[in-house]
Amino acid sequence: MSELILEMKHITKQFPGVLANDDVNLSIEKGEVHTLLGENGAGKSTLMNVLCGLYHPTSGEIWLEGEKVRFSSAKDAMNRGIGMVHQHFMLIPTLTVVENCLIGARSDSILKLDLAGAAQQIKALADEYNMDVDPMAKVSDMPVGARQRAEIIKALFRGAKILILDEPTAVLTPQETEELFNMVRKLTKDGYTVIFISHKLNEVQEISDRITVLRQGKSVTTVKNDNISVNELARLMVGREVDMTVTRHETDQSKAMLTVSYLTLGQKSGNRLLNDVSFEIHKGEIFGIAGVDGNGQGELVECLTGLTRATSGTAIYKDLDLAKSTTREIMKSGVSHIPQDRHKSGLILSMNLAENMILQDYYQPQFGKGALLNWKYINTFTDQLIQDFQVKAPSRFELAQNLSGGNQQKVIIAREVSREPGLLIAMHPTRGVDVGAIEYIHKRIVHERDQGRAVLLVSTELEEVLKLSDRVAVMYEGEIVGIVKPSEVTVEEMGLMMGGKRLAEIR
Amino acid sequence: MDVINILGGLLSSDLRMATPILLGALGLLIMNRAGLINIGCEGIMLVATFVAVAGTYYTHNVWLGMVCAMLVGGLMGLLFAFLTVSLRANQVVVGVAFNTMGAGMSTVLYRMLFGMDFVSVKDYAFTHVSIPVLKDIPLIGDALFHQMPVVYLAFLLVPVVSYFLFRTPAGLNLRSVGENPKAADTLGIDVYKMRYAATIVGCMLMAMGGAFLSTGLLNSFQEDMTANRGFIALAAVIFGRYKPTGVMLATMLFAFGLAVANLLPSINSPIPYNFVTMIPYILTIVVLAGFAGKTVAPAAAGKPYKKG
Repeated sequence: MSELILEMKHITKQFPGVLANDDVNLSIEKGEVHTLLGENGAGKSTLMNVLCGLYHPTSGEIWLEGEKVRFSSAKDAMNRGIGMVHQHFMLIPTLTVVENCLIGARSDSILKLDLAGAAQQIKALADEYNMDVDPMAKVSDMPVGARQRAEIIKALFRGAKILILDEPTAVLTPQETEELFNMVRKLTKDGYTVIFISHKLNEVQEISDRITVLRQGKSVTTVKNDNISVNELARLMVGREVDMTVTRHETDQSKAMLTVSYLTLGQKSGNRLLNDVSFEIHKGEIFGIAGVDGNGQGELVECLTGLTRATSGTAIYKDLDLAKSTTREIMKSGVSHIPQDRHKSGLILSMNLAENMILQDYYQPQFGKGALLNWKYINTFTDQLIQDFQVKAPSRFELAQNLSGGNQQKVIIAREVSREPGLLIAMHPTRGVDVGAIEYIHKRIVHERDQGRAVLLVSTELEEVLKLSDRVAVMYEGEIVGIVKPSEVTVEEMGLMMGGKRLAEIR
Repeated sequence: MDVINILGGLLSSDLRMATPILLGALGLLIMNRAGLINIGCEGIMLVATFVAVAGTYYTHNVWLGMVCAMLVGGLMGLLFAFLTVSLRANQVVVGVAFNTMGAGMSTVLYRMLFGMDFVSVKDYAFTHVSIPVLKDIPLIGDALFHQMPVVYLAFLLVPVVSYFLFRTPAGLNLRSVGENPKAADTLGIDVYKMRYAATIVGCMLMAMGGAFLSTGLLNSFQEDMTANRGFIALAAVIFGRYKPTGVMLATMLFAFGLAVANLLPSINSPIPYNFVTMIPYILTIVVLAGFAGKTVAPAAAGKPYKKG
C-alpha cells in the first residue's frame, strides 16, 4: 500500500499573468484515493491537466513508477495509464458511448472500426464495476449521471491505471455520489489509483486515504485522513478560521410577495422545460430551489425575469404578471436578479466597476440628466457600494474582468441589492467563488431576508440551499417534485427527490 | 424527340452536371465534418478550371491537367488551413478572400498565358466509357453507364467517403474534431494535423470538381465559369444533412435544374431563356430556406480551436 506510483516534483505552471501552480509537490501511493483539496482557483485542475499531458509545466518533473516521464500530449499520458474525467465532460453528444471510447484509440485495422468488439469490452467493464452503461446508447440521450459513468468507462477502456476525477460529485445526487464512491472503493481494491478533486469537505472526509491541500497555487500540506475534522480541513483549505454559520432573525412571513401558478414552458417538439410550476414566496422568506443542474431552474428564472416568455401560467408580483412582462417592466417593479453566469450575463467584463454598477438603473434620474450621465454622482455611488459590499478592487476604474470571481459576484450583488428590491432572484450566487466570498454572500442574502425582502435562491449546492432557505422546492425535469422545510427533511430524502421521486412517494 | 429519349438525355446530363458540384460538395463535407466551413469553395473551383485547361494544354493530357488543378487546390487548402487553423483567422472572411482571389487569379493568369485567345482542349477531352451489359438496360442504361470516367469516379466517391467517415477509426477521429475538438485533444488526437489534412484533401476534391467543369463539360476556360457552383455545393452539404448520400441526392437535384435549363431552349420552350437559367439558383434558395434550419451541423463547425 505504501509503494509510490506517482510523484510530481516542484511543478510550476505560469500562464500569461497568472501563476497557476507554484512549486507544487504531490506524491501518490499505489491503490490509494488521494484527494486534492482546494478552493476554486487554487490550481487543482491545472495541476491535473499538467499530469495528463494537456498542459506543459513551466518547470518541474513528473516521476511515474520510479521513472522520470515527459508527456508531450494527452496520448502520451494515456499510454502510461493516466486517465482523467474532466469536470466538463469530454464526450461528443451526437456519438454513442462506444464511439466516444474509440476516438483516438489504437486500432487493429485502419480500415475497420470494431464497434461490436469494443462494445463487448465496455459491457464487461461496466458489469465488473456495477455500472449501468449501455455502450450503444447515444450520449445526448443519457442523463448526466450516466454520462459520468460513460466518462469513467472511457478512461478505464483506454487503459487508465491512475484515474483522475475532477469535481465528479458536482453533478450528482447524494445517492449517485454514494454509488460513485462504492465504485471508487472497488477500483482501488483492484489496484487502481484514484486522484479525487473536490472542495466538498464531507465527501473528502468520507472517501480519501490521504489529502493534499492546495492554496493559491501552492501545495500546503499532505495529511492522512484519520480523525481529521471537517473544520480542520476547512482551515487548511482557506488558511484561516472559517465561520460558516449564519444567524437569522424571526421575520414576519405572513404576506405573499410572489405567487407563481401553473407556469409552463413548452418547446416546439412538445416536451416541457417547465411543467405547471406553482409556489409562493413570502415577505421575509428565502425560498430555495434545489435540484441537479439543468432540470428547469434556469428556465424558471428566465421566465420570471422576462428573458423567456412562458407558454402559459402566471407569476404575480404586486399586480404585475411577470410571465407576461418585459424585463424592464419587471426590474422597474422592484425585482432584482443575480444571474447564474456572472461572465455571460451578470457583468460586462470589459467595462469598469462604475459602469457595471449602473447597468441596471442607468436611465434613472439620479444617474443622469437628459442625454448625459452624471458621472460625479455615479462615482460617489460606486465608491459607496465598493465600501459597503467589501469589493476588493484598486479603484472604481478597474475593469470587471480583472477582479476575482468572488469580487465580481460582490459587484453584481451590490448593484442588485442596493436597489432595495422587494423580490431578489439569485441563481448560483456562490458558484465558483472562494470561501471568504461565500461566507459574505450567505450573510448578505440572509440579511436581505431579515430586511423583509422575498428571496428566490436557486442553487445546485444542496448544503447551501438547506442552510439558507426557509422552504425548499426540488425541481426535476421541469417540475417541482416537493416543497419542504429544511429542518424537516433528510439529505437522503432530498437526494431521492433530486432523482425524480415525488415527496408523496417517499413519505 | 420522343419522351423516353428526352428523359434519358435529361438524366445523363443531370449526372454530368452534378459531377463538379458533387466533388466540391464532398470536399466541403470532409472539411465541415472536421469543423471547418469553407465559403471559398467557389474560388478554389474557379482557379482549378483555369489550371486544368492550362495543364491539359501544355501536357496534352487531360488527366495530367486535372492532377495539376488538384495540386494547386491542395496548396490553396494548405494556405486556408494555415490561416484558419494555425492563425485562427475567421473562416468566413478567409473564404470570401479566396473567392475574390480565385476570380481575379484565374482571369489574370489565363490572360498572361493565352492573352485574349480562345483555347480549346477538345482534342484531349475525356472519352466516354461504356460499362458492358449495364449500359443495355432500357431507359436508364445509356444515361447511367455511358459516361466520362470522372463521373463514375465522383459517384463512387460517395460510398467511399461515407465508409471513411462512419466506418473507419480515422473517420471517427475526424468527426470528433468537428464536434468537440477539446474532447478530441484530451483523447490524444492532434486537432491541428487533422484539420490540415481534412482541408487539403477537401480542397483537392473541390479542385477536381473545377477541373472537370472546364475540361470535362466545356473543353475550355471562361471567366467566372463556375457560376456559383461552389455556393450550390455549400447548399448541397446542408441540404444533404452532412451525409454523403444526402449530399449526392442534393447535388443531383440542383444539377437537374441545370439540366432542365439546358434542355428547355433546345425543345423550343416558350419560357424566356433568362428565366430558365434561374432555375438552379431559385431551387437552391427555396431548398435552403425550407431545410437549412432543420439540419444539425457539426457542433464545432467554423470555430477555431486553441490548444491549452
